[in-house]
Amino acid sequence: MITLSINGEPRTLDVDPSTPLLWVIRDYAGLTGTKFGCGIAQCGACTIHIDDKPVRSCVTPASVAEGRQVTTIEGVNGGKEELHPVQQAWIDEQVPQCGYCQSGQIMAAAALLERVPSPTDADIDAAMSGIVCRCGTYPRIRKGIKRAAAAMAQTEPVETDNG
Amino acid sequence: MGKWSRRAFITTGVAAGGVVVFGIAIRRGDRTDKVRGLVAADGESLFDVWLKIAPDNTITAIIPHADMGQGVHTALAMMLADELDADWSTMGFEEAPAHKEFANYSLAREYSAPAADFPAWLIDSVDGLFFRATQMMALQITGGSLSVRTTGQIAMRVTGAATRAVLLEAAANEWQVPMSELSAGGSMIRHAGSGREASFAHFAPAAAALPLPDKPALKSPREFRIIGTSPPRFDVPAKVDGSANFGIDVVLPGMKFAAVKAAPVFGGRVLSVDESSVQDMPGVRKVVNLDDAVAVVADGYWQAKQALDELSVEFSDGGNGGATQDGIFGQFADELEAAAAEGRGTTDFMSGNAAAALDTAAQVVEAEYRVPFLAHATMEPMNCTARVRDDQCELWLGTQNPLGFARQVAKALGMDQSRVVLHNQYLGGGFGRRAFDDFAIQAARIAAQAPYPVKLIWSREEDMRHDHYRQASISRFRGGLDASGNAIAWHNHYVNKHDPEEAPHIPYAIADQAIVYSERETHVPWGFWRSVDHSLHAFFTESFIDELAAAAGRDTYEYRRELLAGEPRFAAVLDLAAEQAGWGESLPANMGRGIAIHRSFGTIVAQVVDVEIVDGKPRARRVICAVDPGYAVHPDNLIAQMESGIAYGLTAALYGEISISGGAVAQSNFHDYRMLRMDEAPDIETYIINGGGLLGGAGEPGTPPVAPAFTNAIFDATGIRIRELPVSKHELRLKDVEDVA
Repeated sequence: MITLSINGEPRTLDVDPSTPLLWVIRDYAGLTGTKFGCGIAQCGACTIHIDDKPVRSCVTPASVAEGRQVTTIEGVNGGKEELHPVQQAWIDEQVPQCGYCQSGQIMAAAALLERVPSPTDADIDAAMSGIVCRCGTYPRIRKGIKRAAAAMAQTEPVETDNG
Repeated sequence: MGKWSRRAFITTGVAAGGVVVFGIAIRRGDRTDKVRGLVAADGESLFDVWLKIAPDNTITAIIPHADMGQGVHTALAMMLADELDADWSTMGFEEAPAHKEFANYSLAREYSAPAADFPAWLIDSVDGLFFRATQMMALQITGGSLSVRTTGQIAMRVTGAATRAVLLEAAANEWQVPMSELSAGGSMIRHAGSGREASFAHFAPAAAALPLPDKPALKSPREFRIIGTSPPRFDVPAKVDGSANFGIDVVLPGMKFAAVKAAPVFGGRVLSVDESSVQDMPGVRKVVNLDDAVAVVADGYWQAKQALDELSVEFSDGGNGGATQDGIFGQFADELEAAAAEGRGTTDFMSGNAAAALDTAAQVVEAEYRVPFLAHATMEPMNCTARVRDDQCELWLGTQNPLGFARQVAKALGMDQSRVVLHNQYLGGGFGRRAFDDFAIQAARIAAQAPYPVKLIWSREEDMRHDHYRQASISRFRGGLDASGNAIAWHNHYVNKHDPEEAPHIPYAIADQAIVYSERETHVPWGFWRSVDHSLHAFFTESFIDELAAAAGRDTYEYRRELLAGEPRFAAVLDLAAEQAGWGESLPANMGRGIAIHRSFGTIVAQVVDVEIVDGKPRARRVICAVDPGYAVHPDNLIAQMESGIAYGLTAALYGEISISGGAVAQSNFHDYRMLRMDEAPDIETYIINGGGLLGGAGEPGTPPVAPAFTNAIFDATGIRIRELPVSKHELRLKDVEDVA
């Protein structure tokens, strides 16, 4: 038995707490947007957020998330009507091809922009190189992150960049 | 194994300037009744099997191909909508059910029939383009970069145009005006004289009762309104919010999960399995012996996987346990030696007398190249959910070959094929792998022994070790130059031919050529891998032409260019790539630039790669890509496919190696079968030429040229010629390091 919050919703699930969070999210919580790719934290398709930090759910025991906030692709937009700016940028740049890795890409990109609102190419390389895209959508992912950063800067003017 | 023979290429220029002038016959005989129940709801009008119009004037294209990221659903709907003069904003699509009326093969059979009213040149192309269908009896396949070229041209455009014609006819009948006074546009029909206007839907029921014209006139490119534009793809929104359903995402009531382990050595069998070793583990339901594999079924996938890892099982090696990678290459080399010594070898292409020309050559250049086996490594591991009950089997999975899978599953279960129902899902990558049905048969056999549906998921390790692999090969060359360095002889002898037939052929005007091959089978399962044989032969031939240029002391672009003087389309593509790349400009000392050109699946692609050597490692910094697909149906998607093909080919060139040890695959996961990642991905610029003629493919042609362009760039930077892939096997250093030191 384990109690955690997934996308803002408290859940109590009857599952061995040593089970990787990936399978808890997919098979017990019924949220299939988070994907299985490798099982050894090499591809990042399973990336989710725990308390806003990107985590490889395929190697994270569910017990780690006990009492914490888990966010998946289904909840990355905060449950609002509109998409997260990263999701919208992914549509605008027509990023996905097969689409299988894109939940992980979007979760990693959203976490990056949370931490670094205007990422450089080096920031993008550092944050995104853990997530493999076999279709090679990397150039569009890069453009998508920059587009989302620009959109977020417009809608959430946290600080003016005059110093 | 897919051996076949055909004349693949139609000479260009049959439809000069890109004007598509042919009218292709709508199939005679109404077959809508055969599929109406499968695809059309009450009130919807069905035209042929490809198009339906609903009472609210929404229009649906019915598409017999799987979307695995190549954008085929959008591109095909565009082709239909354009000829129909439909309103794109209300166009939709459905993937066709697995039914033979939607099969490529039935198209091929019909349109290739001598009785069909076809221009002779098109019959050749139909025969050529449907090679897999006619060879393998394979049906409804997505592969060979064929969707737009066959279904698009032959089914979608013709049906759109024919339906437009009967809608106009129905309007003319109702309004009692000549058809010539009517116009169609935006899914509406208008009569200018009277100002009357009504929707396609208004006329659809009457139009559906009219016979579709045999040969509707198709638009010329300058009349296109939708083809040639880049509307957003249908599938993208569902792929950004987690709602796209891939095979692995299927959920059925009462479903259990299975994990599987096949005999590690290909050809091996299960010798013994001890069920008692796992039967007390949590959630475990049963152990299934599949003869060459064992599966554990449990309440959750993780439980099944944990139990499988604990399961005590012994496999045989099928007599292949001694096979090694060095041994396989050794056999290939021995075969080439023996064949050369005994004058054996099957002729692939012959022109003039290469042996005699080599004897008279002022300079002879020799080289041997090797490429390894490659796995597909789709991001979504193989998986299939199956339910077997009441003498019926239902399957949920992503497949490139739904009818073929259904047929093989029926055979495995001893069922009539009509009792197998397949629900195709989004494919988390295909690249040829999802044309092979092994995992679906496993799932069906497990489910046949269970009173509940079973979702079988392969681990990444299983996926990598039980793929159907791009072949390993050796290719040997002897090239002859005259005293001025001009190429006068080309002799090529390689191991193992699959398809397409023309993959080893070169576009260069070298008078005396001999291309021959020898066969040496291995125990490693073969499979279609993005661009198939083109992926190896482009590396071989475009490396060797570079070596000839180097031996002649000539610029590699200009050397190719001279040999392409008689191939204006190739020359135009090569020129565009070189021009956009700034060919000839000087580069920093730690950089190099390489070029390659190759035609595959009817599309010519040239690429220029800039490589930087950093700490002895090559980094592809920029790829300039020029592409001529005949006509770009959806330019942005063509660009996306070039980007994708380049990443796929560069991954293989840099890291890709599946090697055999003890008869089994040595690699297991992404740590030892590495993928190109964000920090290694080059900038890519793609430039399109609409060169006219038959449409070429998009999904595969971007892959072949990138490996040789990359290794040619490495040669430019280092003077080191990479003759064996992957590049990561080689020590690199800059050309002048020793001098500087």
